[in-house]
Amino acid sequence: MRRLASLPRCLFRLRRDEQLPIVLTQRRIFILPTRGGVLFTVVLAVMLIGAINYNLSLGHALVFLLAGLGIVAMIHTFRNLYGLRLTPGRAEAVFAGELVRFPMQVDNPHQPPRRALEFSFAAQPVVTVNVPAAGHATLAIPFLARRRGRLDPGRLTLSTRYPLGLFRAWSYPHPMLSCVVYPRPIRTPLPASSLTSDAGRHQGEGGQEDFAGLRPRQISDPTRHIAWKAVARRSDEQPLLVKHFAGGSAEELWLDWSLTSGEGDPEVRLSILAGWIMGAEEQELRYGLRLPEHTVLPAQGPAHRADCLQVLALHGQPDR
Amino acid sequence: MSRATAVALAPDVVPWLLAVALVTAAPHAEHLPLWLSLVVVAALLWRTWLWYRRRRLPPSWVLAILVAGSAAGIGWQFHTLLGKDAGVALLVVFMALKPLEITTRRDAMVAIMLGYFLLLTHYLYSQSIPTGIWLLAAITVLTAALIRLHGGPQPIPVLARQAAVLLAQALPFMLILYVLFPRVSGPLWGLPQDAHSGLSGLPEQMSPGSISHLSRSGAIAFRSLFVGELPEKSELYWRGPVFDDYDGLTWRPRSAATRQPKPALAPVIVAEGRRYAYTTILEAHNQRWLLALDLPTSLPPDSALAPSLELLAREPLRVRARFSLVSVLDYRANVVETSATLQQALVLPEGLNPRSRALAGEWQSRNAEQIAETALAMFRDQHFYYTLQPPLLGSDAMDDFLFTTRRGFCEHYASAFVFLMRAAGVPARVVAGYQGGELNPVDGYLTVRQSDAHAWGEIWLAGRGWVRVDPTAAVAPSRIEQGIAAALNEGEPLPVVVRLDTAWLRQLRNRWEAANNTWNQWVLGYNPQRQRELLTRLGLPDPDWQRMTAALTALSVAALLLVVLWSLPTRPAIDPAQRAWRRYCAELARRGVTRAAWEGPLAFAQRVASERPDLAAATSEAAACYAALRYGRAGGEQLRRLQRCRYGLPPRRRRKA
Repeated sequence: MRRLASLPRCLFRLRRDEQLPIVLTQRRIFILPTRGGVLFTVVLAVMLIGAINYNLSLGHALVFLLAGLGIVAMIHTFRNLYGLRLTPGRAEAVFAGELVRFPMQVDNPHQPPRRALEFSFAAQPVVTVNVPAAGHATLAIPFLARRRGRLDPGRLTLSTRYPLGLFRAWSYPHPMLSCVVYPRPIRTPLPASSLTSDAGRHQGEGGQEDFAGLRPRQISDPTRHIAWKAVARRSDEQPLLVKHFAGGSAEELWLDWSLTSGEGDPEVRLSILAGWIMGAEEQELRYGLRLPEHTVLPAQGPAHRADCLQVLALHGQPDR
Repeated sequence: MSRATAVALAPDVVPWLLAVALVTAAPHAEHLPLWLSLVVVAALLWRTWLWYRRRRLPPSWVLAILVAGSAAGIGWQFHTLLGKDAGVALLVVFMALKPLEITTRRDAMVAIMLGYFLLLTHYLYSQSIPTGIWLLAAITVLTAALIRLHGGPQPIPVLARQAAVLLAQALPFMLILYVLFPRVSGPLWGLPQDAHSGLSGLPEQMSPGSISHLSRSGAIAFRSLFVGELPEKSELYWRGPVFDDYDGLTWRPRSAATRQPKPALAPVIVAEGRRYAYTTILEAHNQRWLLALDLPTSLPPDSALAPSLELLAREPLRVRARFSLVSVLDYRANVVETSATLQQALVLPEGLNPRSRALAGEWQSRNAEQIAETALAMFRDQHFYYTLQPPLLGSDAMDDFLFTTRRGFCEHYASAFVFLMRAAGVPARVVAGYQGGELNPVDGYLTVRQSDAHAWGEIWLAGRGWVRVDPTAAVAPSRIEQGIAAALNEGEPLPVVVRLDTAWLRQLRNRWEAANNTWNQWVLGYNPQRQRELLTRLGLPDPDWQRMTAALTALSVAALLLVVLWSLPTRPAIDPAQRAWRRYCAELARRGVTRAAWEGPLAFAQRVASERPDLAAATSEAAACYAALRYGRAGGEQLRRLQRCRYGLPPRRRRKA
């Protein structure tokens, strides 16, 4: 029984591809007739019997030409995959319930263009791509992320029926792909900020309350701090000015595991935390994250948000 | 295997499917009833309109009604749904209606397969060169549609080119299979009743008008290739059916039972002149006679000479046949004849044609040869007129013809002559066949058309046997010497191909017919016998099906390899500059400096200069040349310098020292 289970692995040489790019050699390409191909064969058999019965010489010729066409189609279908090089890219993290897009570059080192290459992960939507002669194409292979955590999409199926649809050639490339899937955020009101404002430590940094003057804008400054009135008064050669705030309490918001209720379901609690992170980021608050085993110190900005969400995504999962 | 996902159809596939339906159904319009062609056109136009307006397809019950209605109409028209014509008509209707229900790629695939099948049915009606060319174009359209279906949208010329390339690569397989696939002759089972309708040839019985009707067709009856020289045109009498039973209107052969060749009545032919050997390619005419030159002495296999000296095949000819014959033109045939045959050759219907009988009765005192001469003299000297459009005759047909109208075609003259002979007591009978023929200088074949159909008389003389007498030669000598076109006046309904006067048109027709002849013999006439001949000539003597299959497999594999080599890509060509640079680096590696994969040429040269000053000069030159070639606008001069650099390196031995 175990032997039988390992049969497809032997037959299709299913294993992870360590080396990049993945080159589709003839040992990795498999080919079988499609239903259309079987129908074609049946039609040809009937036609041959008809041609013999009615003694049609041109009928013989027609049947033989179509038989030759079938053989040639097999070669062309195989050739459509032969020698392709696949280089996967890095997929951006998504929230659970969204589509991960695994980028892939397909290089065609040879002269004939490749058409109608269908990429898909098991039971996932199919994406079709054409690759020009001696060129390359990039595509994003979709994968519906259902659960948070580190996503391993498994092996890819690359198949084609081009040119005539009589045969289907396919290959199972298995690149090392993974993607972080954040918990699906549940938006609830933010928890009350824990008033641990230690103004002394953050003296030099930008507070939120007291207007302290204008300074040239840096890319990280939020757009709503731009001093449009001041900018309008100046000539347009100058950089934009932003209002500079100082002092006050740089309020820190601790998003704590223990603050979430979630009826005891840890996944729901993680989702609530994710919702808080999104909310805090939108309100441009400084926030930290406190999980039973992990703590992220308060900060603000997209990078910090990504850090926090990743901690949530990988919570309770073995590190790899 | 394929996954059962239903792939929806892109809208631009629809015109392809319509084109498939059109090219596969259109040639059938020639022999389908008009209403059916209109149904097909209407269905295609409807689908086109739906596509153009982006409307929804009709519900399936509408299509069911249409199919049922058409099937009922076909059943009513052909009185069956199973025959050849009815089956083809049904397939055509399916093909035209199928685009109205296609929504998925799989449906479209089924439609195209149906199209491939429909292509075969055209050959039931015609296997001529134009049909072959049209179907080749149709296959290209169907294949392009398949490519469009599975390869996404591309411009039409690109799709057509891809289809043509695929078909070109399929061609070697077709040739191998065509030559080597073991041929089976004859039907595998009974053919439908109407399988051989539409074959034309000499009639089974002769009444006024039956030969002249045939003469209006320019179709080719048969072609003959003579070994050595041709007989005179006036000697070319091709013998068909013999009629010796007259009922006052129609000449018939004797009852079918006596037509069977019996060994006891074996005909005796004594040759008295030179023999002519020739090969005849006889078009199918659905009768048994083989149209030998009068009279054959050596018979092809599966044939026999009937007592009436007719050469008959064992089965009616339903396909074009090719056979070799030897004939003599001067002969004594059946000098000893059974009395039953001679009695039959004197029978006339009672009570008809009293004037003719009276005329012939006056001649009875003379001997047989003189009687025949008298009759011919009458035709020659009195005002008889040779025409394809004679007036109608009454119940005393012979009297009307001989004494009133005096206008007729060869069947009138032959029939009147034989009547007079019998009335005068000379055994006589009517022979139908062809007379003459036209030499095609392109391939040397003598072409005999339906318009050369003819009828003449035959009398039996004691001591000489059966002797041919052609009364038409007395009325219109030019018919026998030059052909029918010369013997008839302008305005007679003769086919155009026979009337051609212009030299270049005649030349064109000859070329076309010669090409057709080659096609007929080598493409269409490729039967088990021809296959054996060809294979023997190709060095595969006495081929049985095992050896043929072995040869077939071997050659197919060879062709497969050829196509694989042709279409599978090899290693891409490397830029010569890159190759020279790699070679140079390999030389350096042998001397202990290896370029890392990430190192650019100039950076590498710097490193070499610091590590191995002895190699610095050549390397910096090579690197500069390569950089200029790859990234600049350098030409052949730099390339040659780069290629030489490798020889400028110090020899390897010195490194050891």
